[in-house]
Formats: sequence, structure tokens, C-alpha cells
Amino acid sequence: MSQGIEIPVIFNVGQVEVTRTVVTTWGLMAGLGIAAWLIKRRLKPTPGPFQMAVEAMMTYLDEQIRDIVGREPPRYLPLAATLFIFILAANLISLLPVVESPTADPATTSALALIVFFVVPFYGISERGFGGYLRGYLKPAWIMLPFNLIGELSRTLALSVRLFGNMMSGQLVVGVLISLAGVVAVVVEFLGLITGVVQAYIFTILTLVYIGGAVRSGAPAEEGEK
Amino acid sequence: MDMKSIAIIVAGATIAIGSIGPALAQGRAVAAALDAIARQPDSASLLSRTLFVGLAMVESTAIYCLVVSLILLFGASPLMK
Repeated sequence: MSQGIEIPVIFNVGQVEVTRTVVTTWGLMAGLGIAAWLIKRRLKPTPGPFQMAVEAMMTYLDEQIRDIVGREPPRYLPLAATLFIFILAANLISLLPVVESPTADPATTSALALIVFFVVPFYGISERGFGGYLRGYLKPAWIMLPFNLIGELSRTLALSVRLFGNMMSGQLVVGVLISLAGVVAVVVEFLGLITGVVQAYIFTILTLVYIGGAVRSGAPAEEGEK
Repeated sequence: MDMKSIAIIVAGATIAIGSIGPALAQGRAVAAALDAIARQPDSASLLSRTLFVGLAMVESTAIYCLVVSLILLFGASPLMK
């Protein structure tokens, strides 16, 4: 168990410290890549159970994108699906012994939130033009401009801290309980399972909501109007 | 009492007091959502999605408290040096 929120350094490359998070993420990337390659290689018209599960997930995400963003999915699906699958795998990998999830490191979650921070204006500008997107900040009235700007920053912070806080606290609680009560901690680990799935879902849905706010006409901060 | 014990006490108080508000708010949100789903089972998927997004918003307040208390506990603050 890690001591608090310190992330141990595995090895050094010159001046660069390679932490446990980075190593776990590399493993995760390799695993997900190989899994995707394997599934792609044996796609069948009559899907097996694994292909069925992946197809169900993609269909669900398609539906969500159509509902929330209000556009056809192919342009938005890669981002949403990548975020969902990566965060889900990263959250659940802590169930394996020894391995700790990369999302319990603020660096990982900040990186993910920064991706969202930059991709939202990208989609907004490509959909509505530069002026159109910037005009969105002046809605509903020009006086709202500072609040829209602060909202843009604070929601990015909240996005990263929410994922980090949930995953790290889950691991911390399990660690404390193992040292106090032993096997009882398994129950809390199950709770962590639920938290992991829900947090991955929430991160993806919130990303889609932000993109939807930027892509449709209206203020960027406008949420959940559907 | 040295700085460290004060920090530990404050960290406990932060998370304890800071969780009250979000807990009440989340309870109300879930109750309202269940009420709405009971009235209109057809729109359950829309309601539960909105519920999850709303819960995430409410929860972030508690998570800010958690982060503050962790900073206090694990000595990232300059006071602890």
C-alpha cells in the first residue's frame, strides 16, 4: 500500500523520473491495444460474447452522443469511447493485487481533464466558426463573460479532482481497512468497483455535456438543458 | 499542541463538516429523481443520466473538502515544513 498520496518512482531515465503511474499506464495501453487488435481481427457477423459486450457499449455511447451533443456520433465517438474505456480500465485495474490505478494520481486525471479543456473549444470552433464560438461566451448577456470564463476553468479543475478524489480515497480506505480489519476490506473493494464504473461514466457524460454546450448554440456553460 | 496535531484535527473537522451539505443534497436529489421515475417510468434513462451528472456536481464540493484535508494530512502545505 502506498504511503498516503506519494507516488513511488520506479526508475530513472536520465533526469526524468518514471513513476509507478506511468508504468501502469503503459501496461494498460499495451493491454487495451492488444485487446482491441484481437477483437478487430476476429469480427464476425454473428458476434461472440466479447464482441457483443463491446458492441453494446458502443451502441449505448452512440445513443448518448445523439441525445446529449445532438449530432451524428462518428465525429465524437472516438474521444468519448477512448475516455470511457481508458478510465474504466484504469479504475478497475486496482482490483489486481500490487497494481494501483493510474487515476489515483492527480497527474493522470489532470491530463485527462486538460484533454477535455482543449477539445471542447476545438469542437465548438469547428462546428460554429471562431466568432460563433466566442460569441457563446457572451450569452445570455455580455455581463456573464467573466462567469463563463471562470466556469470553464473551474469545471476542468472539478473534472480532474473528482476522478482523482474518488479513486484515491477508495484505495486509501481499502488500505486503512486492510491494516485494521483484514479480510473485511473486500466489501469496501466491491464498493470501489461501483465507484470506478460510475466515475468513468460520469467523466464521459460530463465531457459530452461540455462538448454539447460548445457545439450547439447557446452559452458554453449551459448544462443539462435536455 | 504542535502544528501537526492541529492539522490532523482540522483535517478531520474539514471532511466531517464538509460532507454534511453534499450528503443532504444528494439525498434530496436521489429522492426527487426516484419520485420522478415513479411518476414517469418512460423517461427513466434521461432522468438517471441527469441524476448522475447532478450528483457529480453536488459531490465535487465534498471532494474539495477531501482534497483540502489530504493536503493538511500529508503535509503538502508550507505550514508543515
